[in-house]
Formats: sequence, C-alpha cells, structure tokens
Amino acid sequence: MSSLQATDLRQRGIRQASLPPWAIAATTVGAIFLTLLLFAVTGFAGQADFVVVAAVLIVVAIGAASWVVEGRRRAIDRIATNAALGALVLTLLPLGFVITYVVKKGAPAFSLGFLTHEATAGPLAAGGGIAPAILGTLEQVAIASAFAVPLALLVAIYITEYGGNKFATSVRFLIDVMTGIPSIVAGLFVLAFWITALRQPLSGFAGAMALAIIELPIVVRTSEEMIRLVPNELREASYALGIPKWKTVVRVVLPVASTGLTTGVMLAVARAIGETAPVLLVVGFNNYTNLNPFGGNQASLPGYIFQFARSSSNFDVQRAWAAALALILLVVVLYVAARLLTRRNQLAGR
Amino acid sequence: MAKRIETVGLSCFYSGVKAVENVSITIEPKSVTAFIGPSGCGKSTFLRALNRMHEVVPRARIEGKVLLDDEDIYGQGIDAAAVRRTIGMVFQKPNPFPTMSIYDNVAAGLKLNGLRKKADLDVAVERSLRGANLWDEVKDRLGKPGMGLSGGQQQRLCIARAIAVEPQVLLMDEPCSALDPISTLAIEDLITELKDRYTIVIVTHNMQQAARVSDTTAFFTLRGPGEPGVLIEVDATQRIFTNPSERRTEDYITGRFG
Amino acid sequence: MSTVETTLDTTSLRAGRSGRRGDVVFRGLSLGAGVFVFVLLGAIAVFLVIKAIPALNADKSSFWTTQNWTASSGDAMFGIAAILFGTVLTSLLALVMAVPVGLGVSLYITEYAPQRISRLLGYLTDMLAAVPSVVYGLWALLFLLHHMAGISEFLVRYFGWIPLFSNPDGFPLVYSKSIFAASVILAVMTLPIIAAISREVLRQVDPAQKEAALALGATRWEMVRTAVLPPSRPGIISAVMLGLGRALGETIAVAFVIGNRTLISSHILLPGGATIASNIANLFGEADEIGRSALIASGLVLFLLTLAVNLIARYIILRSGTEERSAV
Repeated sequence: MSSLQATDLRQRGIRQASLPPWAIAATTVGAIFLTLLLFAVTGFAGQADFVVVAAVLIVVAIGAASWVVEGRRRAIDRIATNAALGALVLTLLPLGFVITYVVKKGAPAFSLGFLTHEATAGPLAAGGGIAPAILGTLEQVAIASAFAVPLALLVAIYITEYGGNKFATSVRFLIDVMTGIPSIVAGLFVLAFWITALRQPLSGFAGAMALAIIELPIVVRTSEEMIRLVPNELREASYALGIPKWKTVVRVVLPVASTGLTTGVMLAVARAIGETAPVLLVVGFNNYTNLNPFGGNQASLPGYIFQFARSSSNFDVQRAWAAALALILLVVVLYVAARLLTRRNQLAGR
Repeated sequence: MAKRIETVGLSCFYSGVKAVENVSITIEPKSVTAFIGPSGCGKSTFLRALNRMHEVVPRARIEGKVLLDDEDIYGQGIDAAAVRRTIGMVFQKPNPFPTMSIYDNVAAGLKLNGLRKKADLDVAVERSLRGANLWDEVKDRLGKPGMGLSGGQQQRLCIARAIAVEPQVLLMDEPCSALDPISTLAIEDLITELKDRYTIVIVTHNMQQAARVSDTTAFFTLRGPGEPGVLIEVDATQRIFTNPSERRTEDYITGRFG
Repeated sequence: MSTVETTLDTTSLRAGRSGRRGDVVFRGLSLGAGVFVFVLLGAIAVFLVIKAIPALNADKSSFWTTQNWTASSGDAMFGIAAILFGTVLTSLLALVMAVPVGLGVSLYITEYAPQRISRLLGYLTDMLAAVPSVVYGLWALLFLLHHMAGISEFLVRYFGWIPLFSNPDGFPLVYSKSIFAASVILAVMTLPIIAAISREVLRQVDPAQKEAALALGATRWEMVRTAVLPPSRPGIISAVMLGLGRALGETIAVAFVIGNRTLISSHILLPGGATIASNIANLFGEADEIGRSALIASGLVLFLLTLAVNLIARYIILRSGTEERSAV
C-alpha cells in the first residue's frame, strides 16, 4: 500500500488567497480607465462601443487579477460567472431597447382616438386610427381559434386518453414538428390551396386558416401537458362509478385542467395575433373597416405596421410605431394573463 | 495522517429555520463515527455542514465553528472547494456521473485538481478502485458507463471517486440505504478497511450497522416536536449500545421510540 | 373536486348503452383529429408541390444553381441558389451570436441567479419571444440599422482581412441593409427559444450529480462542466436546432433589414442578400401567376429545410429520452 502516496493532493491545505472586494473594485476602475485611454488614442468611438469594450476589459482584468492571486481554477470560475452574467445583460438589453423604443416612438400618436377611428388621414397629415386593423385582427384570431382550439383539444385528448399506441406517438411527433413550420409556409399553403387552387379572393378567413395552423400545435402541446397533470385517481374514481370514458373526459378531466387549457389558448392567441407573414400573403391590406371575413381584403394590426413602416411619410411611420405599441400591449396583456392563470393553477407545480 | 474534526456550538439553518442546534463534538481520526437518530433529526444536515455542502442549498447557513485539526473551515481565507476535496462525501443514492465511463468517473476529481498525465491518472484510478474493493470486478470494462454497474458497485464506484482525490475525512450519508443486504455487507467491510487511512463519519438509520462498523456513536434527536435537532450523547459504540447514560438514547436503541 | 360530485349525480344505470355509443363517437372524433394532423401536413406538402410546378416548368434556367430571381409570365429566369445561401448564412451567423448568449443566460438563471429572481429572469427572457416579428422588424429598421454602423466600421477596420468582413470598395456602411443586419435581428429572435429550451434541459439535471461534483472539490464552473453540461448536451443541441428552424423561416423582420439582392456574396456587411422568406415577402406584392408559383416553389424548399431541421431536433430529443417543454 506504499504506492498510495502517488499524488500530492493530501498535502494541499484548505487555505486559499482570495481577492478582497476592494481589489475587485480597483480592477474595475482600472479597466474603465484603460478603456478611456483606448478611446482617446485609437479610432474607437461611440457610447455603445465604450460600454461593450469596458465590460469585456473588466471581465478580463478581474480574471487576470484572480489568476495571479487566486490561481487558475478560481480565475476561470470568476470569468465563467461574469460571462454568464454578461449573457444575461445581452439578453435583457434588446428587450429593454425594443420596449422603451416602441413606447417612446409610439406614445405621441397613441391615443383613445387612434384606437377607435378609421384610418382617414392620408400620408401628409397626422390623425386617423387603427380601429379597422384591431377589429380585423381580432376577427381573424377569433375565427382561427374557433377552428384550432376544439381540434387541438381533441388531438390532445387522443394523445393522452387514447394514446399509448404507435399512431398516437407519431401524431405527437408530428405536432412537435409542426411547431417548427414557419408562419410564411402556413401562409403559402393557404395561398396555394384556398386562393390559387380554389380561386377564392384574399380575405380575413383565408388568414384565419393560416393562423389556425400556427395555433394548432401550440394548443395541443400545452393542453396535452395539462391533461397529463390531472391525477389518475380522479379518472379511476369516475370509472369506478360506471361513468363512461367520454363523460369522464368531458366532465372530470377537462374541467380540472381548464385553467391550464386557457393558458395554452392565450399563449397561442398571443403568438397568432402578431403573425405578419400569412396576413401579407392571404389577407392583403385595407384601411377601412371590413367585418365580412369572406369579403376581400381586411385590415390587420401586423399588416398595418408592415404597410406603414417603410413609408417615406413621417406621419405614416409614426402611426406604425403607435400600432406597434398597441400590438405589444395586446400581446403583453395576453401573456401576463396567461402567467397569472398558470400561477393560480394548482395542477401546474412549476 | 487523517485529520480530526471538532465542532464548537454548531447550529444549522434552512432559510431562517433552525434545523440543528448547538452541537459540539469531536471526531477522532482513523476511526469510524456513526450518527444515529430518528429521521428528520438533522443528522444529515449536520453531516453536510462538516464539509460545507450545507451551504449549497439556497439560503442555508450555519452558526458556530467546524475545526479541521484546529483550522476553522468556515474561517476567512478558506476555500470551500478545497474543504470539500479534503473532506470527501458519499451520498445516500449512488450518483455516478451518467455520461462518464467507470474510468472517467474516478478520474473526474483528479482532473479537476490538475492531474493530467495519462500514466498518473491510470495509477490513481487503479489505486482508488482497489481501495474501494471494486478493481477486480471492473478492470476489464473501465471504458464502460458507470451507470451500467449494479447499485452496490455504483456506490463503491462513488467511494472510489471520493477517495481518488486523497481526502483526509470521508463523510457517508446513509450509504447503504438504497442497497441490498449483500452489497451493504461489501460496503461495511470496505468502511472497516478504509478507517486505517481516513477519518470516517457515517450517518445511518440502521442501528445494527452502526454497531457493526463504528467505534464511536453519536445519538441525535429532536429537542421536541417542531424544534431543532440536538446531540444527546456521544460515546464508544460498545457503551452506547449496552449502557447509554441518557434515557432517551436507551429508549431509541431499545425501540421504544423513533 | 366539486366536478366529481356533480358527475356523481348524473350517474345512473342507463349510462350503459348510450355511454358506450358515446365512447365510440368520442373516440372516433379524437382519432379523427389525430388523422387530420397527418392529412394537414400531407396537404401542405402536396399543395405546395402542385402550385410550384407551373413556375418550375416555365423556368428557363436551372432552379438549383441560378442566383437571379426574375419570375413573371413574360420572363422566368429564377433559381434558389442565392436565397438559399442567404437563408442558411443568416441563420448560421445568428446562431453563432445567439447560442453562446442563450446558453449563458440559461446557465445564469439555473445555476447562478439567486432563487428569488431566477423566476423573474425566466419570465423576462420568455418575453423576448413574445414580441411579434413585425415589431422587431420595425425596431431593426428604424433603430438597429442606425446603431450598427459603428460596429460595422469597427469590423471592417480591424477584421477586414477576414473575407466575411471585408469592404474592398470602401462602401459607406451607414444604414446598410445587409446579411449582417439580418443576422443580428435573427439572433435576438432565436435567443429566447434557445434560452427557454436549454433552461428546461439544464433544470432537469439531477441535483445529486451536481452535489457529487461539488463534493469532489469542484468550483461552480467545474461543477457545470462536469455534472451539468454533459447530460444536457442532447437537449442543448436540439434547442439549437429548434432555434435554427425558427431562424430559417423568419420572414418580416428579415425582409425589413436585408438588402434584397439575389446574389451570392460573402461580404456580409455590404448592402445585399436575401433569404427565401424575405424574398417572398418583398416580391409577393408585384408577383403575377407565375411569379407566385415561383415563390411557392421557393417556399417548398424552405418547408423541406425547416422540416428536416425540426425532424433532426426532435429525433435527438426522442433518442436521448430527455423530455422538455418548449415555451414557444
């Protein structure tokens, strides 16, 4: 057993020099000065660049200081921690930028009148509103959900309650694959099938079909998960009483899962409401209210933004921003509502 | 060689709730100390405080001191990672790294500690597996996944992994509770062999096991319902099981409660 | 629980036959819904093929190798080469930016952040996925493009020796709609998908493995490297693939900031480039019957491409047995 002393690990102590907080602060300040120097001497310029360069230098400097004082392992650990924090900042930055910019740019033209008026103003004047677009979008999403939600529920019930066979597994697999179908492909399909093959005009209904294809897999996946969370004891109790399976599902399983199901529908609606590509292909644009889903071009919020974003008129661009603000508000309300519902849902543990 | 652990008034908390209160105990080197007591009495928590694994749980903290040969492991300038290397741990459920081979499982800790040369690693891996009485069973399949072993072998693999980094102390948290009687016996034999080189602390639910393997036994229990766990008494195992000085220990040993 | 009681009242002995018939109908309905999913996916493929054929027949040049896109009844000379190249290049560049950040943020949320705020941070990153693509497009067009000039100049000045970043003719890069701009906005949009899925994957790592690593004396990062990342690898790969699938098909935001020139060029900072989806969005308005058919043909390629990427991603998940829910 003499070969047991092959490594020196046993001799190592548990003491470890570590960087005190003041050293880290000093390193940070030093790195910022170095950045200043760099910007003064070289061609670097711009506030954003300064922040980026400074951040990178701070991480590197703390890593280097730690390497010298605390050794390689602690230094790598510090760099990794700071890099992960940096990734968080890089993720939240665009979110913050997008939200603040949309609010800042959209607020001037945003008003109650903007939400409730027809788009009467031309490109050369302020005013006008997005009432037709809001109505159109709501109608399209409502029709889409009327198709997608019952269908998705049935699919989810099939997978969970009648599943276990190969076919159910492959249906589930296809649903997963469907989540990855780009919305423009859904739009092209409706274009190919409904508009060119069946020779139908562009319409809100055509858009709704494309949106239904987008909603379907989202609702199936969340519903499936919620139905699976319903405890089996409830089903068994119901069967034990001689209640047929379909009644058990409709009267016991679905009501228990209902909060979760609603959440899934809301997430799907939030996703569909902002989809632009299908609208562009099969709904077209319209500045006036058209409530007939089969009656030709219909206005929509994403379509409105798409249409005016690239206009050369400042008034138009401002309206696009205000419409974007309205769209984001709509989506955020849906998301927050879905989250709150999830939190209230006793079934969903997380 | 192996080191002594001494706690001074050690209390453990989970998000403000006290789980263990004011424990002072000395654990002698090159001996086996068993912690026994009813479940939920904080003996596992106390064990995890001995190598700073307790603080891995969010919002968990301790009060008091843990001395490793007179050096406070919670003191200033002490590296928690180095403490855990010096005071190794084996867990309740065997937990080999699932994606790694038997060899890589044992080598994992050595690689972290800067051992890179293949020849050195080979020597250390063989030595650790021999030390855990596992070498003969796995020497022909070192490249196979560690998860392919039986439960008892997995636990000995975890012991090999723990002793590979040459700790002074080995903490075992109910190491046999997930194993069958034969595997349990193999681990108990191994513990008896290991005490020549390490200070061993074992938490166990099984009083026969404590009686079989340990030199010293410490009895923990809750001070009362809803109150923190406390150390009732610690003494030579022989004495605890035949003639304990505390009434509560006797009640527990004889099965009158817990 | 009250639902169970109300059902109790409705039980009666006559549930027998009508119940069984109800079961058959209900089972049939839900089976039909499952069949419909198959039919729908099949129909998508079939109709895209049927409607792509007229243009493919009219095409006077090779569909796979031609870069140019001129497609109308009068003049049909178009090919997928340039837009397929643009699609793949923008998506890959987006992944280069989004994967490290997405993985980093999910590591931060699962392993580093204090428990109290990690939930909130999760919501916030998910929010990034909630912003509609047209809003990203608007923002990219009117904000990002202006602010990217500095980075572009920087890349040209210091990394111009890499062909990707070169600017041989000294073209002014202010407000340049380019492959690079499209990649950046795609990175922002795929980031939340990668982050959300890999977060779920990382969360599923057995805490016992992490404790095992820590007990060997690992630092936090070493714990991540030995106990967290290896078992998560299949899940992370599929997260990346799903992000890739999303990037390949993203339309509006890309259409806003890409140069819209169907030409293969490696100069990603210079104005130019187009993706399959952006090409459809930008040309659809003026397309006639053959023009639309040609765009549908390109859409078919996009469909097959995203289908393949998604199939691979799902296959990896299935094979590794890690089940995770994607938030998007």
